[in-house]
Amino acid sequence: MAEEMRIVLRNYGKIDPLNIDEYIAAGGYKALEKAKGMNQIDLIEEVKKSNLRGRGGAGFNCGQKWFFANQANADQKYVVCNADEGEPGTYKDRLIMQGDPQSVLEGMAVCAYAIGANKGFIYCRGEYPYVVDILNQAIDQAKAKGVLGDFDIEVRMGAGAYVCGEETALIESIEGHRGEPRFKPPFPGVEGLWGKPTIINNVETFANIPVIVEKGADWYASIGAPSYPGTKVLTLTGDINNKTFFEVPTSTTIKEVVYELGGGVAGGKKFKAVQIGGTSGGFIPESLLDTTISFDAMSAIGATLGSGAVFVMDETRDMVDVVSKITKFFEHESCGKCAPCREGTARMNELVGKIKGGQGSSADITLLKKLGGVMSIACLCGLGQAAPAPVLTTLGHFAADYEDKLV
Amino acid sequence: MINVTIDGIKTSVPEGSTILKAAESIGVKIPTLCNHPDQAVKGNCRVCVCEVEGSRLLSAACVMPVWEGMAVKTRTPKVVEARKTILELILSNHPQDCLNCIRNQNCELQTLAEEYFIRDNPFSQKTRGMAKDYSTPALFRDPDKCILCRRCVEACSVVQSVNALGLDQRGHHAMVVPTMGWDLIDSPCVMCGQCIHACPVGAIGEVEEIDRLLAAIADPDTVVVTQIAPAVRVAIGEEVGLATGDMPMDVFAAGLRQIGFDYVLHTNFTADLTILEEGNELLKRLQEGGTLPMFTSCSPGWINFCETFYPDLLDNLSTCKSPQQMFGALAKTYWAEKSNIDPAKIYSVSIMPCTAKKYECSRPEMNDSGFRDVDLVLTTREIGRLFRMSGIDFDKLAGSHFDSWMGAYTGAAVIFGASGGVMEAALRTVYEVVTGQTLENVNFEVTRGIQGIKEAEVDLNGTVVKVAIANGLSNARQLMDEVRAGTSPYHFIEIMACPGGCIGGGGQPITKSNAKRVERINQIYVEDEACEIRKSHENPEVKAIYEEFLHEPLGHQSHHLLHTHYTAKNKKVL
Repeated sequence: MAEEMRIVLRNYGKIDPLNIDEYIAAGGYKALEKAKGMNQIDLIEEVKKSNLRGRGGAGFNCGQKWFFANQANADQKYVVCNADEGEPGTYKDRLIMQGDPQSVLEGMAVCAYAIGANKGFIYCRGEYPYVVDILNQAIDQAKAKGVLGDFDIEVRMGAGAYVCGEETALIESIEGHRGEPRFKPPFPGVEGLWGKPTIINNVETFANIPVIVEKGADWYASIGAPSYPGTKVLTLTGDINNKTFFEVPTSTTIKEVVYELGGGVAGGKKFKAVQIGGTSGGFIPESLLDTTISFDAMSAIGATLGSGAVFVMDETRDMVDVVSKITKFFEHESCGKCAPCREGTARMNELVGKIKGGQGSSADITLLKKLGGVMSIACLCGLGQAAPAPVLTTLGHFAADYEDKLV
Repeated sequence: MINVTIDGIKTSVPEGSTILKAAESIGVKIPTLCNHPDQAVKGNCRVCVCEVEGSRLLSAACVMPVWEGMAVKTRTPKVVEARKTILELILSNHPQDCLNCIRNQNCELQTLAEEYFIRDNPFSQKTRGMAKDYSTPALFRDPDKCILCRRCVEACSVVQSVNALGLDQRGHHAMVVPTMGWDLIDSPCVMCGQCIHACPVGAIGEVEEIDRLLAAIADPDTVVVTQIAPAVRVAIGEEVGLATGDMPMDVFAAGLRQIGFDYVLHTNFTADLTILEEGNELLKRLQEGGTLPMFTSCSPGWINFCETFYPDLLDNLSTCKSPQQMFGALAKTYWAEKSNIDPAKIYSVSIMPCTAKKYECSRPEMNDSGFRDVDLVLTTREIGRLFRMSGIDFDKLAGSHFDSWMGAYTGAAVIFGASGGVMEAALRTVYEVVTGQTLENVNFEVTRGIQGIKEAEVDLNGTVVKVAIANGLSNARQLMDEVRAGTSPYHFIEIMACPGGCIGGGGQPITKSNAKRVERINQIYVEDEACEIRKSHENPEVKAIYEEFLHEPLGHQSHHLLHTHYTAKNKKVL
C-alpha cells in the first residue's frame, strides 16, 4: 500500500504558519545555523550528494546549480524563489507557502549563504495575493527575530502570465520588462537578475533544503527513486475520488497514486488517461501506469513529472475536446517572442478546433504532427517546446478519438 | 580558439563565437531573419536553427555559442523541415501582397520564401487585418506585414534613443506599436526612418510621392526644379545596379533631365551657403557671448529630436535653416529672378537621403519665399524607382551640366553627406576667416568616420575652439545630457540623426549593415578630393549671391530667407 511521506509538508497543519516561534519550536532555523557552520563548498557538496533535483520541472541537480553560482565572481548575487505557480491543477507551492512559509525562507537563506548572496526575491503568482500577505508577514517575523542575518528577502508579484514561471522570463519580469524568456546560455547561475549570478529554485525545492541540511545527504538520497530521490507533492484533480494532495516518495507508481491514494476513478467509471505535470504534460494511457513518479521514468515514456499535477480522465472524456482546451490555453499564454511558438500555438489551436468541429482531414493530422514536432525542438523556451506534448501524446495513444471526427 | 565541426568541416573560431559566425567563417550560409549584423542578437525568428550533436533540441545559430568539440549540422532534413515550417508559419500570417509591396524584390522574407521553395503553404492564410498608419508625412507603417523580429524597436530605442516603437499584447496578438498604441504622429517619432533600414520586410516605409512629381512634370505650365542633397550621389547607383559611389554627378544630372526635370540644381550650393551663415553665426556667438555650445541644424530628424526631448536647449540650435530649406527659399526668390521665371510656376522638388525632410518641408514656417519653399521631397529610393521605371541605361547616358546660379558647389559641401562633414567644412572656412591665412591642408581627419562621438580642438589665432560631432541620436543624447547638466566643454556640436550621417539617412537605399555606410562615407571623401575647390567661401556662385542678393552673412536678406526658429514639440515622452 502506497503511503505518504511528508518532508516539504512536514509542518503543514501542525504549526501556526504566521508564528515563527512555532516553526522554531518545531526545529526550524537549526539547519540554517548548521549550514552557516559549514564551509560553503562542503555545504554545496552535501546538497549535490543528496541528489535533490529541481522540483519546478526541469529536474536539474540543485547542488550543481548552486556550485556554478558559488564559483561565479560577482559583486552581487541573488537568490530567487520561483513561486509563480501557474500550472493549471497545481497548488503544491501554495500549500507549502501557506502552511509553512518559514521553511521556504530558511531554504533560501541556506542557498544565499552557499553562493554568497545577500538579496533574495520571491516571485509569487499574481493570483495569490493572500499568499503574498503570508510571505510578507513571515519575512517581517524572520527579520524581527534576526534569523536571516544580513540576507534580505523581498516579495514580487507576477501579473498572471504563465510564461513568467520560466526562469528567465521571471527574471525579465522582476526587472520590470515584458515577461519573455531569454536565450540560454548564459544561464541565470552565471548571468541572471540584472546580469548577476542568480539561483532560481522552486518553492518545493527550497522547502526540501533545511531537512537535507539537518538530516544529511545520505538520508535524503535513500528515499524514493535513486535518480530522483526524495518526495514529490502531487495535486490530484479531474475524474478521481480523492481530489486532494499527497506527498509521496518518488518511487511511487502512477497506478498507486490514482488507485490507492486517489481512491480510483470517480463514479465507478473506467480510467482513460492521466495527464501529469501540468498543462504541457503528456497524456498517459492505462498501459503505462506502472511508471514511477520520478523525473527520468516519466521522461522515458514521453511524459513529464513537471509540477506534479495529476489530472485524471475517465472513459467518457473525449481527448480531442480536452486537448482543445489546452491548445487554447497555450495560444493565450504564448508570450509572442519566438515565431514557432507565437504562430505555432495559434495554428495548433486552429487545427485541433477544426478536427473537433468535424471539419478536419487526415492531412490536418499530418500537419499537426509536423507542427508539433518542429515546435518541440525549435521553440525558444520550454513553453513552446512543451506545448505540443498533449497533442502529440494524444495523437499517439488516443488516435481513435481524432480519427472518429475526420471528414 | 575553439575547435568545431560544421557540416563535416573542421575549423577553429574565437571563444564566444556563435554557430552563425563560425559557419560564416568557413562559407556555410545559414539563413537568418531577425538577426541584424549591427544589433544585439535576438534569437526570436528561429529560422537559423541547426542540429547540434548530442542535443535533442535544435539550436538557433545566431545566439548559440560554440563549445570545444561541438559538431553542428546545418542542412539535415530535420533542420530543413523546421526552417520550412517556421517560414510557412510566418508567411501564413503575412499578407501575400508582394507585388504591391514597397519592398518587393528587396525583402528578406521573400528571399527566404524563394530559397526554401515555399509553394503550397499548408497553414491557412490569416492576416490580422490591422489598419495602416499614414499619420506622418514621412513614414507609413503597415503592421500586418510585421514579422515581429523587433529590429525596428532596437533601431528606435537603442540606436536612436527615441523609443517611439515598442511591443504590445502577447502571443499571436503581439505587435509592434508606436508609444501606447497611438498613431505614429502622436508618438515621439522623429521620422529619421532608421526603422525602415532595420525592417526586413515592408512593415515600415517612406510615404511615396512619386505621383505628385509625375503630375508636375506633366503640367506644361509648371517649371520643375530640383535640388540634389550631398549624400544622394554616392548611394543612388545602388538603386540601379551600380556599385556604391559609381554614378558620376553629371550622369546623375542627365538621368534627372531624362525623367523630365526642367532645371537640375544642387543642395550642395546651399550647403556651401550654410557654412557661410553658420560659420559666421558661430563666430558671432563666440565673440558676443551668445548661447554655446551651438548645435548644427541641418538634420531635420535631429531638429525633431531636440524639439521633442530637449526643448530647453532650442537656443543652442543654429538658427540656420537646413540646406534644403535655404535652397527652397532662394529658388523661388533669387533663382527665379536670375532665371526670369515666375516663382508661382516653380515646383520645387528636393532629392534627399532623408525621410524627415518630407516632414521638414511641410513645417508651417517654411514659406519665406512667399510660396511653399519646397513643394516635394523625394528620397533616394523613390528616385531609384523613377530611374528604373524610366528604363534609363546609365552606361550609355552622356553627362549633363548643372544649371546656373545654384548649381555650383565645393568639396566642403560634398562632405555634408557624412558625419563630421559639416564640422570639417565649417572649420575650413572659419579658420581662414578668423586667421586670415590660407589653410593648406584642408583635411580634418579627426572629424571623419562612423564612430558615434568624435571631438576635436582647433586653434583659431590663439582661441581654442572645442568641437564635438555625434551621429545617431543615442550619441546625440549623451552630448545633450552634458549640455543640459552644464558640463559640456564644447563650443560647437554637429549632430546628424542617422548613423554615419546623411549617407545612412532613412531615405537611402536599404542599408543592411553599417559596413555599407562606411563604404558610402569613403566615397564621399573620394568625391571631395576630386573637387577643384574645397572651401565653401570660394564657391563662385556663393560669392555671387552675396554680392548681388544677400550682401552679407547674417544680413537682412539672410535673416528673412535663410534663418528660422524652433518650437518645443510638447509631446508625451514616456
